[in-house]
Amino acid sequence: MTSSDAFISIRNVNKFFGGFQAIDDVSMDIGKGEFFSLLGASGCGKTTLLRMLAGFESTSSGEILIDGQPTADVPPHHRPVNMVFQSYAIFPHLNVRDNIAYGLRKQRLPKAKRQEMVEEMLDLIKLPGYGTRKANELSGGQRQRIALARALILRPKVLLLDEPLGALDKQLREQMQLELRALQRQVGITFVFVTHDQEEALTLSDRIAVMSGGKVLQVDTPHGLYEAPRTREVASFIGNMNFFPATVRRNGASAGAVETEGLGTIPVPLDILTKPDGAPVQVALRPEKFALSDTRPDGALAVQARLSTSAYLGERSHHYVTIDGREEPVAVSTPNLHRLAGDDAGTGAPVWLSWTPESIVILDAE
Amino acid sequence: MTETSVQTSAAEPAAKPVSRLERLLYRSEALRGYLLMSPTLLIMTIGIIVPFLILVTMSLWTRDGFSFDATLTIANYLRVWNEPIFGALLRRSFWISGVATVATVVLCYPMAYYVAFHVHRNKMMWIILMTLPFWTSYLLRVFAWKVILGYEGVINSGLQGLGMIEEPLSFLLYSKSAVIITLAHAWAAFAILPLYVSLEKIDKSLLEAATDLGDGPVARFWRITFPLSMPGIIAASFLIFIPTTGDYITPALLGGPDGAMIGNFIQLQFGAVNNWPMGATLSIVLMLWIAAIALVFLFITRQAERRVS
Repeated sequence: MTSSDAFISIRNVNKFFGGFQAIDDVSMDIGKGEFFSLLGASGCGKTTLLRMLAGFESTSSGEILIDGQPTADVPPHHRPVNMVFQSYAIFPHLNVRDNIAYGLRKQRLPKAKRQEMVEEMLDLIKLPGYGTRKANELSGGQRQRIALARALILRPKVLLLDEPLGALDKQLREQMQLELRALQRQVGITFVFVTHDQEEALTLSDRIAVMSGGKVLQVDTPHGLYEAPRTREVASFIGNMNFFPATVRRNGASAGAVETEGLGTIPVPLDILTKPDGAPVQVALRPEKFALSDTRPDGALAVQARLSTSAYLGERSHHYVTIDGREEPVAVSTPNLHRLAGDDAGTGAPVWLSWTPESIVILDAE
Repeated sequence: MTETSVQTSAAEPAAKPVSRLERLLYRSEALRGYLLMSPTLLIMTIGIIVPFLILVTMSLWTRDGFSFDATLTIANYLRVWNEPIFGALLRRSFWISGVATVATVVLCYPMAYYVAFHVHRNKMMWIILMTLPFWTSYLLRVFAWKVILGYEGVINSGLQGLGMIEEPLSFLLYSKSAVIITLAHAWAAFAILPLYVSLEKIDKSLLEAATDLGDGPVARFWRITFPLSMPGIIAASFLIFIPTTGDYITPALLGGPDGAMIGNFIQLQFGAVNNWPMGATLSIVLMLWIAAIALVFLFITRQAERRVS
């Protein structure tokens, strides 16, 4: 994304709370209509960044532009953004209709028009007929939807969501994820979504910014983050990853390879080898990129291994295998494709561990 | 493994016999509740209901020279209804304590608000500091106001010293305003605490949500903070209005003839006038009026709340 078509532009933003730096030189651009997630562990600065977009926190230095307008001097109640709070912040003394219509006061609409807009919103969030319910008669999922409707009714340029699904149970959360995504496509508003749940971020987002210690580690599509992480930190934050120390081997200009500890020498195309011959690198492989078999598979790269532990999870099984020349066990995840699969031989059984050269990621050495 | 479990179960002490009372208590929550309340309940019965019944009975007696005529009659009630002095005194009492209540709540609200929203450390210390004046005796505080408001008092001599007034301001002491000022100060702690508790309870994210939805600070206060602090305002109003209506110390010391309240009159009946039945009647009439006013006040706030939501 180039900064010319950016809808939200965050430029070299820093934030200090006393001596503590919550945001460390963050720059990123978010496009119009994008579902953009800020992902990171708690305390990584993602919520602070969101609150800066909303106007509840100021920037210590740097600049935030929304739709080309600088925001530094705009108080939160004049910004074209609305927020869905983690606690939902449903006004307890108002009923559902008045909660949803809360922000319409300034528009001075006739009562009938306002009523109509509220009914439209209730239909959109699939709670028709709930207008006169009291705030304390609502379930968690309903409160979440009403918080969403209350913000969306104002047609904000950007909707900010602060871990809105965190308080819901697993099933409801998965259902709300789908609904949220569909809703975003329907209304076409730019969503900035904060979460610590990587699965949720992968499911929902067009692009994700992975944050840690106030810094942005990588901004990418879910596919890009998962399949081509740029650092070990990103690789291990999104999903699981096995890391193998390795050395670059260039055989002239035609072929390249990495010589790994444990997996032997793996041929790789020259264009993904950026380092010179002999340079130390890391080879990263996700657990599901491995396969296990009793006999050596034809054509694939494989090493002899021993099964250490297995856990049966229904659709998949997770294993740890040990290989010669490596102390740390290798994590392997295999799909249980037929009924007898996963009912494995016990600990210590010899297996063949195989993979394809395309599935490896080469990272800089630590 | 099996062996140990067998051993432990064998070593377990036999279940203690449970008495009938224990079983009854375990089963009935209401009984447990009454048991917990029983000391208070006992004191309430003996200390409040019995004297109240005595008061009701006495209000139906009449004075007969220096003693009382114990034949039951509503003559006293008729007198209170017919003679304008009683109505006037009641109205004045309600006016004075009503104004004092409103003044106290209005003056204490900003203090409670400040501690609830803008103090982040040592909140308890702030609350204690605010209630510090109330550690001295009520009587002492009333006398202190006499010193402040008097003809030679702090305010008058200060203003005279500055050359802003020629003569001492006579309306300061021995007037309704003196009573109102003193009551407002004397009962401040009873307003600050409930107001603080109700404000402190307000979820800060509600205020942020209101701001986010386009409310400036003033609109946010009237649409969120104020309605949500209503329970505190009601509690504070009752806590001040009810006891101040019957107060007689402050009006006796600071009110003068113009600031006398129904409490002073009741005290007179039980003292110098020696008409205990009339005093009892006035006490009961006052009680009924307070109950009526409290009910109307509650009804109005309920309606207002319903209109808001």
